[in-house]
Amino acid sequence: MAALLEIRDLTKRFAQVLANDRISLTVGKGEIRALLGENGAGKSTLMSCLYGIYPMDAGEILIEGIKAHIGNCDDAIRHGIGMVNQHFMLINKLTVLENVILGLKEPRGPWVDYKGSGRRIKELSDRYSFCIDPLSRIEDLPVGLQQRVEILKILYRQSNIMIFDEPTAVLTPNEVLEFFEILRKFRDEGRTILFITHKLNEVMTICDSVTVLRDGQVVGNVMVRETSEPELARMMVGREVFLKPAEPSRDIRDIVLKVENLRVKGSIGVEAVRGISFELRSGEILGIAGVDGNGQLELGNALTGLAEASGGSIEVLGSSATNKQPAELYKLGLSHIPPDRQKTGLIMDYSVQDNLAIKEIGRFPYSRHGVISRKRIRVHAQTLIRTFSIRGCAPETRAKQLSGGNQQKVILAREFEQKPKLIIAVQPTRGLDISATEFVREELIKQRDAGAAVLLISTELDEVLALSDRIEVMYEGTFTGSIRGHTADPLEIGLQMAGRKKAGVCEESVGAAK
Amino acid sequence: MKSAMTDRPDWRILQKVIVPVAGVLIGMIVGSLVVINKDRSLLMVLGRLFYNAAGTWSNLISSLVYTIPLGFTGLAIAFSYSAGIFNIGAEGQLQLGALMTAVVATSTAFSSSFIQVPVALIAGAVVGALWALIPGLLKAYKGFNEIVVTMLMNYIAILLVNYFLEGPMKAPHSFYPQTRPFVKTSWLQDLVPNSDLHYGFFLLIALFFIVWIVLFKTPLGFKIRAVGFNPEGARYAGIKVKRIMVLSMVVSGALAGLGGSVEVMGVYRRVAEGFSPGYGFDAIAVALLANLNPIGVFFSAFFFGALRNAASGLQVDLGVPISFIHIVQALAILFVIASRGLPRQFQNIKRRLRYGR
Repeated sequence: MAALLEIRDLTKRFAQVLANDRISLTVGKGEIRALLGENGAGKSTLMSCLYGIYPMDAGEILIEGIKAHIGNCDDAIRHGIGMVNQHFMLINKLTVLENVILGLKEPRGPWVDYKGSGRRIKELSDRYSFCIDPLSRIEDLPVGLQQRVEILKILYRQSNIMIFDEPTAVLTPNEVLEFFEILRKFRDEGRTILFITHKLNEVMTICDSVTVLRDGQVVGNVMVRETSEPELARMMVGREVFLKPAEPSRDIRDIVLKVENLRVKGSIGVEAVRGISFELRSGEILGIAGVDGNGQLELGNALTGLAEASGGSIEVLGSSATNKQPAELYKLGLSHIPPDRQKTGLIMDYSVQDNLAIKEIGRFPYSRHGVISRKRIRVHAQTLIRTFSIRGCAPETRAKQLSGGNQQKVILAREFEQKPKLIIAVQPTRGLDISATEFVREELIKQRDAGAAVLLISTELDEVLALSDRIEVMYEGTFTGSIRGHTADPLEIGLQMAGRKKAGVCEESVGAAK
Repeated sequence: MKSAMTDRPDWRILQKVIVPVAGVLIGMIVGSLVVINKDRSLLMVLGRLFYNAAGTWSNLISSLVYTIPLGFTGLAIAFSYSAGIFNIGAEGQLQLGALMTAVVATSTAFSSSFIQVPVALIAGAVVGALWALIPGLLKAYKGFNEIVVTMLMNYIAILLVNYFLEGPMKAPHSFYPQTRPFVKTSWLQDLVPNSDLHYGFFLLIALFFIVWIVLFKTPLGFKIRAVGFNPEGARYAGIKVKRIMVLSMVVSGALAGLGGSVEVMGVYRRVAEGFSPGYGFDAIAVALLANLNPIGVFFSAFFFGALRNAASGLQVDLGVPISFIHIVQALAILFVIASRGLPRQFQNIKRRLRYGR
């Protein structure tokens, strides 16, 4: 393989943080290269420099052996580099065609050549069996197809070097398989693919070689066939990690949460949860799988008092918990790990100690005779910081100065301190790296073993599979079927997540959109 | 690591003081450039400005007189903003508070100022609070934009006050739309003899302390600020967000209403149409200049009060029109807001120098 792309000593610094420290790597033609690393290891920064989003501080980029100056995204595109962002850069109101040609110059004349462009897009779509009609609107397409529109965009710009930033995060397992098929086609055509991820199994499945990054430095370059998942994990984290599945629960007892025919309206008034019933027992983890946007968020919000139930009932330990305020639910023994720790879970401008005390601030020992006791809040925070090993902070540090993993630990510390009887964990590891994920999962299992009932709502199928004693799949606001945990078949769940529709057939994927 | 963490807040507090002061000074200088000519040098304008604001004992006292209503209303706006609510309605609350005070203060039913003064003050505060309760409830439970509602309610309040001053509460045989003079037992007495500075100044100082303690030392203040920073997070943490919003609006209205009471009981000792030259509106600028921080409000209220006081002197001494101070005020706010970005700029420059090209 000839070296198509070479990065030499690329260095990028943000304020005090050295995000990329003299990174060098060489990728050949027709190679799928994984960029593996934890959050903050510098993967995205590196790719952003390559794509011209950030200017690099030092180093050089060579394409086919010739030094390339990439000062902005246009330069990158001209050099045949294309990038598919984790968060799609599409305009929902426009059609596929309009999105693809957006920002391009017309080769001839002042008029936009919709017909010609549409034909070319259709050709590309057919060549890779994308099943996309250039004239459909983005907002009508499911997420999996939206990603293909992003891919069409870079294909249309004739990219030979394709960067994918965590592309599988939004896909169902079956969509992931289809996506991998597409990647293989690209490789066979001689395109070079840079695949940013922190998921080891994906690296092993699809990639040819791996560059592992840690703390802004290259830890190693290895061929996939010469390595293994544990070895990669060790390289990535710098120590042994055990993201192994939980042992099945030994002691499942009384019903803690009972939900009957629950209905919740979503943000635009459409019913997002359509009559769900289930029971959850002490000492059990019930995992709710599903693709994002199938009502899980609304379900979690209704259970925790953040959204109103429009019908049905919720019971916690025998007492009614339908449409109660979060404060009342907290008194019933409910803990909640919200999906968005920055927006919901924490007051980012408050210190760690204040965030840890906020739920009990009006009560002894945090306040007395109507005056807050800073000292007791501080002591309390110091204890929790130690027991939950929240790193890099003093009690007075503001929550927004912590890393995502440590922010999540602050939430866990507060929520688990009171020995909760019921835990609603919504996307508890979203955006966390392996070490923090490991920590959160272990804490959840610890709470389960201590007798808490845990409802785990997650779009990460791996996570649901690894932790749950029981699994429900949520699709368009209802449960599609109960599955026993620990022995479940991922592909079966994947099919249910897609609404039991067979994947990969044009008619149906488009049908789902309409 | 530890020392870096403890060092930082000190520098931040210093920044909080230096940056706005520098902004105000630059604003004054640039504003003064507008009015200089061959007869009036920059130094002369600035000199007269400072002299008239605080150059003599009596000038300083006059400045403090102006500070009082601006302080009350500025504090009102800063308080509600701690809960994330922008109360633009301080003017209306102030005027209605003053009107209600007049009802009590013109009554001869009281024999002692020990009763009449507190009752008159409370009357103003209660009316201000009730007037602010309406937008508070609409905001918390119906999702109305509080800025629009409070602003519109200002006009209702001002017109209501004018109606009462020209009709039911107009002093008999008076040519002007104004109430009867307040009875002596309802006066806030002069603090300094033969000046307009009255005991309301102490009340203002006391309220600054009380507000500061409530906001930063009590669980209630903790919750109010939590709502201000992140309402969703506060709700999730079990705080009754709607209740806090309404409450902070009510307290805000009470402060503004109290400002009206104090002004009429201490300075005019009656309510006349147009007794407030828009204190409640200026208070928005006062609170903005203080970055909506209750402690900062005191200083920025003094700055605005002193400018207002100096303006009349400046007109006499140098023939500079009063609207000149509006230029200075506006520029001061602009520069203070702009200078908040300065520390980051300095850091950028420092970094560029260190890491070079």
